[in-house]
Amino acid sequence: MAEFFAQTALLWPLGIPIAAAALCAALWSSPRAQRTASMAGLVLTLVASLLLLSQVLSDGIQVKQFGAWAAPFGISFMADPFGAAMVVISSLLALAAGVFGFADLRQRQVRSGFHPLFQGLTVGVNGAFLTGDIFNLYVWFEVMLITTLGLITLDRTRAQLDGAMKYAVLNLFSTILFLMAIGLLYGVTGTLNMADLARVLPQTEASSALGVAAMMFLLAFGIKAGFFPLFFWLPASYHTASIVVSAVFAGLLTKVGVYACFRVFTLLFEVEDGGIRTIVALVAAGTMLFGVLGAAVQWDVRRILSFHIISQIGYILLGLAIATPLALAGAIFYIIHHIIVKANLFFIAGAIHRATGTYDLRKAGGLMRSSPLLALLFLIPALSLAGIPPMSGFWAKFMVIDASFRGDAAWLAAVALFVGLLTVFSMSKIWIEAFWKEPPRAVERVRKVPLAMTAPIAVLCAVTVAIGFNPEPLIAFAGQAAETMGDRALFIAAVLQERHIAGATQ
Amino acid sequence: MSLIFSAMARIFFALMLAVSLFLLFRGHNEPGGGFVGGLVAASAFTMLALAENVSVARRALHLHPVVLMGAGLLLAFFSGLPGVLSDRSFLAHWWFEVGSLHLGTATLFDIGVYCVVVGGVLCLIFRLYEDPAQ
Repeated sequence: MAEFFAQTALLWPLGIPIAAAALCAALWSSPRAQRTASMAGLVLTLVASLLLLSQVLSDGIQVKQFGAWAAPFGISFMADPFGAAMVVISSLLALAAGVFGFADLRQRQVRSGFHPLFQGLTVGVNGAFLTGDIFNLYVWFEVMLITTLGLITLDRTRAQLDGAMKYAVLNLFSTILFLMAIGLLYGVTGTLNMADLARVLPQTEASSALGVAAMMFLLAFGIKAGFFPLFFWLPASYHTASIVVSAVFAGLLTKVGVYACFRVFTLLFEVEDGGIRTIVALVAAGTMLFGVLGAAVQWDVRRILSFHIISQIGYILLGLAIATPLALAGAIFYIIHHIIVKANLFFIAGAIHRATGTYDLRKAGGLMRSSPLLALLFLIPALSLAGIPPMSGFWAKFMVIDASFRGDAAWLAAVALFVGLLTVFSMSKIWIEAFWKEPPRAVERVRKVPLAMTAPIAVLCAVTVAIGFNPEPLIAFAGQAAETMGDRALFIAAVLQERHIAGATQ
Repeated sequence: MSLIFSAMARIFFALMLAVSLFLLFRGHNEPGGGFVGGLVAASAFTMLALAENVSVARRALHLHPVVLMGAGLLLAFFSGLPGVLSDRSFLAHWWFEVGSLHLGTATLFDIGVYCVVVGGVLCLIFRLYEDPAQ
């Protein structure tokens, strides 16, 4: 039994959400049954992803060919430490969102298909993290795009349709670029399997088609991830969705773009080629700076947080711009820390809305007195986002900035430090306005924040604090993950030598 | 709607469903399959919705389109599980000879795709043709 799960560990983080999505759709007439199926799916997915991670840590890169077709021809799925960790974090976040949804979701939203769509999004995200085939990655991006559009327009209001439209147009453009880049790559190399590409590409003569393909990948993933100057769709659409949905989007969607960027520019292309490093460095600086400046003028909590997603993406991109093993490890640490903290801040925005009835900071206030627990829970991710020492964000920032100094990119480190300062400003703005300030209008009655909201927030806070006070295991893990990610030979050996499941034909 | 159209729609509805099933099973070794078959079946229901109205077509389908989608996806998912047991690989199919018929779990997968396509397309089309006043 244990052996069976060890051999099939890679299948379940994908299979379980697919089954759960199907079950939720089949139970369309009963929202209660849908919720049960959805929660069961989320819990099982988290268990499966933890199993996968332990399997990857003990046995190295896991590879599966769906349909048992041999490697370069069939579609490969692979899990290295980075991918497996992303699956664990996204499953944890999905479960937290599911619990938060108990308190936040309205009957109408469930009737519009929240549960099947949410499970579908989990499928897309996990699929993108686990796939070993560049075209298959495109398919998962499409799965995410479709379910995302459904989730944004859950309430069918005009604002949501407007946000969904902006989201759809920009993201369709990005997927078309992605598809064209895949076409060019296939035209030059004749293969789509990432490990096979990693084997073939270094032997391929450099050509303009490859250069264009690399740039198109960067552009396509850049739109997805919200890089400067292509981020404007993000703050225009995220805040329109309901808060559970926004939190999951904030935590996961842009990070899938970043993840794809890291995969493509470590496994397929080198950042040294064709001036990509300079472009990535400039984009990283711009993303950090403009994201945080955009946040400074906003008053809607969700909009402030949306702009901060962008500026934080810049820090992660910094890792790719430096591209030393140390920098990549920093980026992996950052991405894991950031997913938890960012989604948690969106959950807290939902709790602020529940307690004060508004997302507008000018109208909110007095939360310090009415819900001191919420104030404490806000402080942890907010300080962590800004990078104040005992929290996880400090170590994350420390690692990428340290790597920038060592990588002779002091100006990037300077930008990063300056942006950190502005982040403190933004977070203290939310703190002062929503928590400290006297409420601007007389409060008729204090609305309590339900346990289903505080529990997931508290759990995510606990993770942040745990990383903050004991960063050593995660730093070691990030180092190992970065080393594996940068080692093409490992992937080639793992994917292309994997013959025994193809019916021992070789 | 014109009398001729609504009279013929009944006949064509049955014909198109039969053709869609033929396409579904033909897809085994020749052009066809669950996706095309599903599209033909969905257009059969669409024609019914055009000739009569959407509620007639909904009644003819019996199930809610989303339920059909879910059931199809579930069927397709389960068709991949036997391969996990035998080959440790999802969607590695099992095959049986039933007389001269070469059947396998891939057939189940195709039937699942058929259901998902019918459900997905009709989900859109019923919504679009529905008279909001009704």
